[in-house]
Amino acid sequence: MLGYLARRVLSTIPVMAIVALFVFSLLYIAPGDPAAIIAGDQATPADVERIRAGLGLDRPFLIRFGEWAWHVLNGDLGVSIFTNLPVTRMIGQRLEPTASLMVLTLILSIGIAVPMGVLAAWNQGTWIDRLIMIFAVFGFSVPVFVVGYILAYVFALELDWFPVQGYTPLAKGFGPWLNNLVLPAVALGGVYIALIARITRATMLEVLSQDYIRTAKAKGVGSRTILFLHALKNAAVPIVTVIGIGVALLIGGAVVTESVFAIPGLGRLVVDAILRRDYPVIQGVVLLFSFVYVLVNLGVDLLYTAFDPRIRY
Amino acid sequence: MAGLTALAHPETAWSVQLVAKLEKRMRRRGLLGGFLAGSVAGLAVPAIGRAQDSRVLRFIPQADLTVLDPMWTTAYVTRNHAFMVYDTLFGQDSAYRPSPQMLEGFTTTDDGKTWTLTLRPGLLFHDNEPVRAQDCVASLQRWGKRDAFGGALMAATDELSAKDDRTLVFRLKKPFALLPAALAKTPLYMPAIMPERIAKTDPFTQVTEMIGSGPFRFKADERVPGARVVYERFAGYKPRESGPTDWTSGPKIVHFDRVEWTTIPDPTTAAQALINNEQDWWDYATADLMGLLARSRGVKVVVQEPSGQIAILRMNHLQPPFNNPAIRRALLGAMSQEDVVTAVVGTNPKMSRTGVGFFCPETPMASGVGLDALTGPRDMDKVKRDLKAAGYNNERVVLLAATDFPVLKAMADVVADMLQRAGMNVDYQATDWGSVVTRRAKKDPVEAGGWSAFCTAWAGTDHLNPSGHLSLRTNGEQAWFGWPTDPKIEQLRNAWFDAPDIPAQAAICAEIQREAFQSLPYIPMGQYLQPTAYRSSLDGVLNGFALFWNVKRA
Repeated sequence: MLGYLARRVLSTIPVMAIVALFVFSLLYIAPGDPAAIIAGDQATPADVERIRAGLGLDRPFLIRFGEWAWHVLNGDLGVSIFTNLPVTRMIGQRLEPTASLMVLTLILSIGIAVPMGVLAAWNQGTWIDRLIMIFAVFGFSVPVFVVGYILAYVFALELDWFPVQGYTPLAKGFGPWLNNLVLPAVALGGVYIALIARITRATMLEVLSQDYIRTAKAKGVGSRTILFLHALKNAAVPIVTVIGIGVALLIGGAVVTESVFAIPGLGRLVVDAILRRDYPVIQGVVLLFSFVYVLVNLGVDLLYTAFDPRIRY
Repeated sequence: MAGLTALAHPETAWSVQLVAKLEKRMRRRGLLGGFLAGSVAGLAVPAIGRAQDSRVLRFIPQADLTVLDPMWTTAYVTRNHAFMVYDTLFGQDSAYRPSPQMLEGFTTTDDGKTWTLTLRPGLLFHDNEPVRAQDCVASLQRWGKRDAFGGALMAATDELSAKDDRTLVFRLKKPFALLPAALAKTPLYMPAIMPERIAKTDPFTQVTEMIGSGPFRFKADERVPGARVVYERFAGYKPRESGPTDWTSGPKIVHFDRVEWTTIPDPTTAAQALINNEQDWWDYATADLMGLLARSRGVKVVVQEPSGQIAILRMNHLQPPFNNPAIRRALLGAMSQEDVVTAVVGTNPKMSRTGVGFFCPETPMASGVGLDALTGPRDMDKVKRDLKAAGYNNERVVLLAATDFPVLKAMADVVADMLQRAGMNVDYQATDWGSVVTRRAKKDPVEAGGWSAFCTAWAGTDHLNPSGHLSLRTNGEQAWFGWPTDPKIEQLRNAWFDAPDIPAQAAICAEIQREAFQSLPYIPMGQYLQPTAYRSSLDGVLNGFALFWNVKRA
């Protein structure tokens, strides 16, 4: 197991290197010039040229990539072209809001979706099943920003329960932190809940038709024990897989959610950086996201062994 | 026109529906407010975001403050930030008149070639070092290398020196009556005074330390780029002791301990935050939400800046078809300023002006010379004939459109339609702003990735006169993107700097406009006004752009 873990951790290095080269190349060939954006709409071409030279953007691709890669290997993600601040500091400032949003969304989604899926499977074909599946279709179909606007309208403007926008750090208290995150987490969690609920239902239906479930029923085991002890544990592997894959969905959704609710997170940071062509920031955030994604997948692989003892690494 | 209004904000048809719901809600709020308040009283939890500190002003800027150095970018949000942190030697009132701000006074010699400026005593930088004339000299020298007006002043200057710590002297090659106006300018590249050690930074390198002598101190430790900027009142700031406070002139009295800027990229969220009293002031209220805000209790919507924004169509003068002045002139007949401003701000006549020439309407340099070409009846058949007669041979016209700036996108949509109706072969290329600014720097033919035209907007204050009017420069390849050449306009511009008084300046500007309607460095596409919205609990909000002195909580 330890050997497997070491191999998986080491395998992230070439993955990260490929991601780094890919992102750097993509940004190099993509249209757009940070010098022109910095100089602004009213700058003259000569101003733009001088700013470009000052930023070193007129140097060859390989030299720029080599320099950046060397700095990254030394733990330095560079300095933002626009703000003049270290990228690590900018990421550090944005990490907590995004991590908070994603963790809360995960807890909320899993807490709601798994029981929903189990309930739908147990009541297959009934109005409960249909209602849950209608909700799932709705969750898939309605964009995150629409859900966000509706929630803000109802729960902030009409009912005045939550604020419309903003983020309060956890250090300022759990209550204020939660108060700011409830609406964004619900908005972001919609698709995720739908996805997990549907997968849970489908997997549970398959498991519930297995012989050992019939045997358990014949032995007089209670419904709750069958569902949550026998069936759900055996259905867990695909569910956990979907949860892991869904982290990528969450990252994408966080970009929109953070914009709608004005949360100063990594999603907004990377979108702003892309629009401005702030290369060091884009590269830094994408590297971080890929690293997190690789780690999440590693975590999912390790969780398999907990749910299914037959799986060994 | 309603269709055009929808085009102006195409990002979400859904947000328009939400606005309609919100408007409906506002209308019935009076009737249902009590009922709702009662029914949810038991459920309501404190809305943390609404906690309000009377000594803190919560502000939503027009855009994120990305760049801090006002000499490094032409973003208006950076200019607004700069006026908090930095002070200027002269201030400017809402009638665009300069008056001493950091200065105790100034004298000029009879021949107008020597100006002696004396600083007020007791001025301090935010590091508590005194402001010296040497700091002003270094700051103005840096500014003169970036700003067109500053460049003209420095070109007329033989020597700028510090006579002593409080006195700086301009020795000029020739009289330059506009010296106070140059040092008071409020548009882009404002002449910020910073410590000499910082001002010696190359003008094309961003300064890293925000030390000014303005009424607010920048809190670098609280900055979250893209999200939040904080300023605190500078206790060592010494305002002028007398005179009316108007725009950047007069005493800058600060009534808040902190000003917190929160970047809210989504307009609907910004409007909701203002209505919900989570924010005090939204700098750039969007036109589609103006009606909602105006009807909301506790919110005021005003136009602070009467010079607004001026839309323009810029053409590439180096490449066909717009390298042909006859084609540019023929196209004038197809342009409708009304359609463009309607697409941007809707049909409210108070929010826009048409009949706009090459200078900001209702300011001293504006005139009606040559405007007939834009205000007469539109006849597309005649335009088609004129284009053919001018030699237009169905060349491809690449029109660049920035999709991430709804206002610019709306202008481009309308202009594309006008060009097509005029019979031009339009290749409409929609992309993000970052790509537009890169693409427009290319001088190549369209077949090699070049461009033919794009739309943009300038602050009306940039078009007050020829000094900082970059889109009216016609010095060929040195000019702003589009690179028009017209030596006569350049000669008239130089003559304008030497004109002795406003009537003489206005006469020259009329000539510039006459010539501009012939060579058409760009086509003016109308003027629209930018509303700002704030809680009615605020009092003393000044005209002009967002300024944070004089304003207080009522």
